[in-house]
Amino acid sequence: MREQFYFAFRNRKVVGGLSVILGLLVLGLVAPLFADYGPNEYVGPPAAPPSGEFLFGTTTFGQDVFLQFTTGLRSTFLVGVLGGGIAALIGMTIGFVAGYRGGLLDEVLNMLTNVVLVLPALAVLIILHAYLGIKSIPAQALFIGAFSWPWVARAVRAQTLSLRSREFVDLARLSGMGTMRIIRREIAPNMSSYLLLTFILLFGGAVLFAATLDFIGLGPTESVSLGLMMNNAVHWSALHLGLWWWFVPPGLGITAIVGALYVTNVGLDEVFNPRLREM
Amino acid sequence: MVMLALEGVTKVYQVGAFGRRKLTAVSEVSFDVGEGEVIALIGESGSGKSTIGRMVLRLASPSGGRILFGGKDITGIREHDYRREVQGVFQDPFSSFNPIFRADRVLHMIREGFFPRLNNAQWMSKVEAALESVSLDPAQVLGRYPHQLSGGQMQRMLIARALLLDIRLLVADELISMLDASTRIDVLNLLADLKQRGLGILFITHDLSLGHYLSDRTVILRRGEVVETGPTTEVFAAPSHAYTRLMLESVPRLHQKWESK
Ligand SMILES: Nc1ncnc2c1ncn2[C@@H]1O[C@H](COP(=O)(O)OP(=O)(O)OP(=O)(O)O)[C@@H](O)[C@H]1O
Ligand SMILES: [Mg+2]
Repeated sequence: MREQFYFAFRNRKVVGGLSVILGLLVLGLVAPLFADYGPNEYVGPPAAPPSGEFLFGTTTFGQDVFLQFTTGLRSTFLVGVLGGGIAALIGMTIGFVAGYRGGLLDEVLNMLTNVVLVLPALAVLIILHAYLGIKSIPAQALFIGAFSWPWVARAVRAQTLSLRSREFVDLARLSGMGTMRIIRREIAPNMSSYLLLTFILLFGGAVLFAATLDFIGLGPTESVSLGLMMNNAVHWSALHLGLWWWFVPPGLGITAIVGALYVTNVGLDEVFNPRLREM
Repeated sequence: MVMLALEGVTKVYQVGAFGRRKLTAVSEVSFDVGEGEVIALIGESGSGKSTIGRMVLRLASPSGGRILFGGKDITGIREHDYRREVQGVFQDPFSSFNPIFRADRVLHMIREGFFPRLNNAQWMSKVEAALESVSLDPAQVLGRYPHQLSGGQMQRMLIARALLLDIRLLVADELISMLDASTRIDVLNLLADLKQRGLGILFITHDLSLGHYLSDRTVILRRGEVVETGPTTEVFAAPSHAYTRLMLESVPRLHQKWESK
């Protein structure tokens, strides 16, 4: 473990990726605290380009783009952690249980996985949105999580299946350990690096998914997010009016977060897999 | 006195997609193990030895027949109580240890389930006593990782693990197949020693000479069925079944050079 930390901090991809992510996270957490107005308030001159007063300029309505951007970062991280976390929780639980218990339970869970896999998430979302309305970010994260776990379940199941037949699992059973304890204490630790990588990918996927949903107008309308900013920019023809400062920051922000996550992922892969280590 | 008895035990595996094909790994097997007796269960690869061992250890359940321990059907005994008296050691020491943890974890695993009341000092002295009884130096093996131990040390540690409980029956599945000849003798002698102390052993092996060395009685298994059973000396001196004779003939003799027939 200590050795892996050592290699992680020497890996340029891990360090670079994490710096970008942490930098944006801190920006999102701290910057909005200094504003004494809300991100949707009309506080400045309309359509002003970036200046000393409004770092990223203002929207057609005179809203502070920098404040919207930094507040949007918060939602992005929230949706990433929640959505990725929910997907990881569902996918790993199903994968572990199906792989470990096998038999009928495995077949049922497998069927469930396949159903969710082929379910058209977007269509379901449009229907849900029409009937319930997805108003908050946690609700959106829940939805994203509920649709992005199947590949995790499959991969975790496959790995569990191969670990289950190892004799140390039998030995744990002979020592009186129960199913859940064995999964948590014997099987999961053997794939901890893999589980971490899975979470990173889910996080990035959730961020992208949320941005897409917000952009096409299926996101929570009552909050501020990077995707919603882009949606508004397009909706109010920022492109034609040449208000580039309205849509470039959220676009770059999402790209930076997701890109940095993937770079970190590749770097961690090298750390965990000594054969890939760049020495 | 009979301690463990198998009565017409059968194990059918469902294989293939949706379990459409059936594979009878063990078929109508009956034999028993007396108190403090060593039974050699011998058969070629795939004959169902490990499957029997796993059923006796309650890691798999029979599809037919029953297994009795002390006259009671084992499915009626609380698993926890059963494990206190029946333990196993497996074929492959390298896969018996979780590679990412220290090796002595296999010993400490027992503590929570079976000795929750012992304090640290009491527990450590118990662990040390168990290690010493298998001729391991506690100072030398405690705190090490599996890859820092030799195969023989690993196997001894696994036996020590079983001995932490006051077991009456040890299922030893190919216990020493993976060891080199000299370590093998050491571990065999350790088993002989345990037998002296009254431990019953179900000694599973595909190696006839290993079965011969230790056991009181022998059960010969072929394709999941018992083909011959009896006192070891008799089975080896005058095998009654053609299959046993074939197996005995196919053992390479060290003092004889190989010739093509
Ligand atoms: N979990 C399982 N599912 C399906 N088939 C199994 C399973 N375990 C064992 N088998 C099959 O049962 C048969 C007996 O296997 P078993 O492991 O008991 O043989 P064995 O005598 O221990 O062989 P070896 O000497 O190679 O260890 C084999 O044909 C094997 O493929
Ligand atoms: Mg076997």
